Amino acid sequence: MNNLTQTLPYSDGRSLRWILIGKLLLCAAALVAPFVIYPIFLMKILCFSLFACSFNLLLGYGGLLSFGHAAFLATGGYMTGYIVTEYSLTPEIGILLGTLAAGMLGLVFGALAIRRQGIYFAMITLALAQMVFFIYLQAPFTGGEDGLQGIPRGYLLGFIDLSNNLNLYYFVLVVFVFGYIVIKRTVHSPYGHVLRAIRDNEARAVSLGYNVNQYKLLAFVLSASLAGLAGATKTIVFQLASLTDAHWHMSGEVVLMTLLGGMGTLAGPVLGATIVVSLQNYLVTTPLGSWLSVILGLIFVICVLVFRDGIVGQIQNTVKKHLR
Amino acid sequence: MFEIIGMSPQVLFGQLLLGLINGSFYALLSLGLAIIFGLLNIINFVHGALYMLGAFVALLGLQWLGINYWASLIIAPLLIALLGILMERFLLRKLYREDHLYSLLLTFGLALILEGSFIHWFGISGQAYPVPDALRGGYNLGFMYLPTYRGWIVLASLLVCFGCWYLIERTRLGSLLRAGTENPELLKAFGVNVPLIVTLTYGVGVALAAFAGVLAAPVYQVSPVMGSNLLIVVFAVVVIGGMGSILGSILTGLGMGLVEGLTKVFYPEASTTVIFLVMILVLLTRPAGLFGKEA
Repeated sequence: MNNLTQTLPYSDGRSLRWILIGKLLLCAAALVAPFVIYPIFLMKILCFSLFACSFNLLLGYGGLLSFGHAAFLATGGYMTGYIVTEYSLTPEIGILLGTLAAGMLGLVFGALAIRRQGIYFAMITLALAQMVFFIYLQAPFTGGEDGLQGIPRGYLLGFIDLSNNLNLYYFVLVVFVFGYIVIKRTVHSPYGHVLRAIRDNEARAVSLGYNVNQYKLLAFVLSASLAGLAGATKTIVFQLASLTDAHWHMSGEVVLMTLLGGMGTLAGPVLGATIVVSLQNYLVTTPLGSWLSVILGLIFVICVLVFRDGIVGQIQNTVKKHLR
Repeated sequence: MFEIIGMSPQVLFGQLLLGLINGSFYALLSLGLAIIFGLLNIINFVHGALYMLGAFVALLGLQWLGINYWASLIIAPLLIALLGILMERFLLRKLYREDHLYSLLLTFGLALILEGSFIHWFGISGQAYPVPDALRGGYNLGFMYLPTYRGWIVLASLLVCFGCWYLIERTRLGSLLRAGTENPELLKAFGVNVPLIVTLTYGVGVALAAFAGVLAAPVYQVSPVMGSNLLIVVFAVVVIGGMGSILGSILTGLGMGLVEGLTKVFYPEASTTVIFLVMILVLLTRPAGLFGKEA
């Protein structure tokens, strides 16, 4: 199994060494970053990157456009927030249960949505997510319009104080890297290859004897769980779980992050999320703040019309062209 | 009978009427979506924003230029149709060769732009639009009180919906449209200007949204976010009905409005979610939708 080197055009020893050096530099930068940049901002980027990566697993590799991923982000967040507050459990158990809850919801959503294809799939996931939004608006345990506030960060494993931003940052970094590796392993596994085959030609995958629906459902559950993990972690960071996470705007934002960075690439969603979150954080402080949604919409339109491969996709295309 | 369910007929019929009004909007919007989907194969995510725009054309026309309700009912759909035609010509047309998901994302971006701009200019809270003089007051039907304007909404939307149905199913223009839905390439071979039909279809589809917007202005608050929340419910309605038939989407729209109204009477907490629940039931039993053909 040498899938990774097969899919990359620049697989000679020299290029691989450069890639390794690049990765090491990136790791070093991630470790040093909280001393240079505000840690909460970095953690926000990491959480949304994980969210976008989970979404990309479904869209970029499975070809399934879910317009309801906000539901999983919010479910992970609410579940974790509720458990950590009500039962005073440690954050890692809270996050674990939040992730599980999102995964279960993903199983239900997925089982319903894969009954239709293409744009129907998008509409169904959007409608289901809207239903979840209304449920969270009315349910007694979500705090309605106020959301859950003042969620304790607690002690990781019972002894690491997460109210210290630096401790929390490294914990969030570990969560993100874990999620990223899960996605990477999935994409390069035999399962990931079948998933891409289904994306490219579903009829053919069926004729080859693959149980297409099972593959799609597993991808959906995996993606929902990781989105839940992102939401759960975000809740611990901001000590807040609110309806904003469940709103359809959030589902749209994650599509934008993935599209902008490059769908179907591993690094794309991370870059996309970084750009969108930075843009939001920057614009709120300027008079342009109230134009945020318009600006995001414009980026959407431009991406779709002239920039469909996204930033990372574009770079990959250029590199491939030069190597030929 | 009313003693058994323990409520007055006024409450029951009042809610049913409200449901029928909501249903009228669902029908108008899902009809527009279905017409556009049939020929262009795209889901028009900007539909809700154009519905909102229709209502704003009426409101601003009245406030700034003194254009009355009846004129708005004609002007707003024409203006929005023009806007739609421009969007189709210069934006959507570039994407027909790509995956249909890209058109969905494009229209989503457009919806964000329109909604965001109007929130910036007018804020998120709604503004009232006066009921036209001719439609004030109401009738006492014995078992319930019927405000004239509400009756007018149901009547007007039924007229427009069935007018569209007649146009598509019973006229020569409609037969071209159906032929284009069936097989655009073959229709082109017969010398028909298919791109023109596509453009006009998109224009008519969004004009329906604008018409619904003007109708809605006096009963709902005119606000920038009035479209997006409605649109998601309409998507569920579309999934329930399936987009195979024009008549199907009209009937599903009205029916779902009634279901919503009934839920408000018997279990108000579920009134926002009941249509989504029906969608789940339909997906479990008839995945193609009540009137849809198996894809």
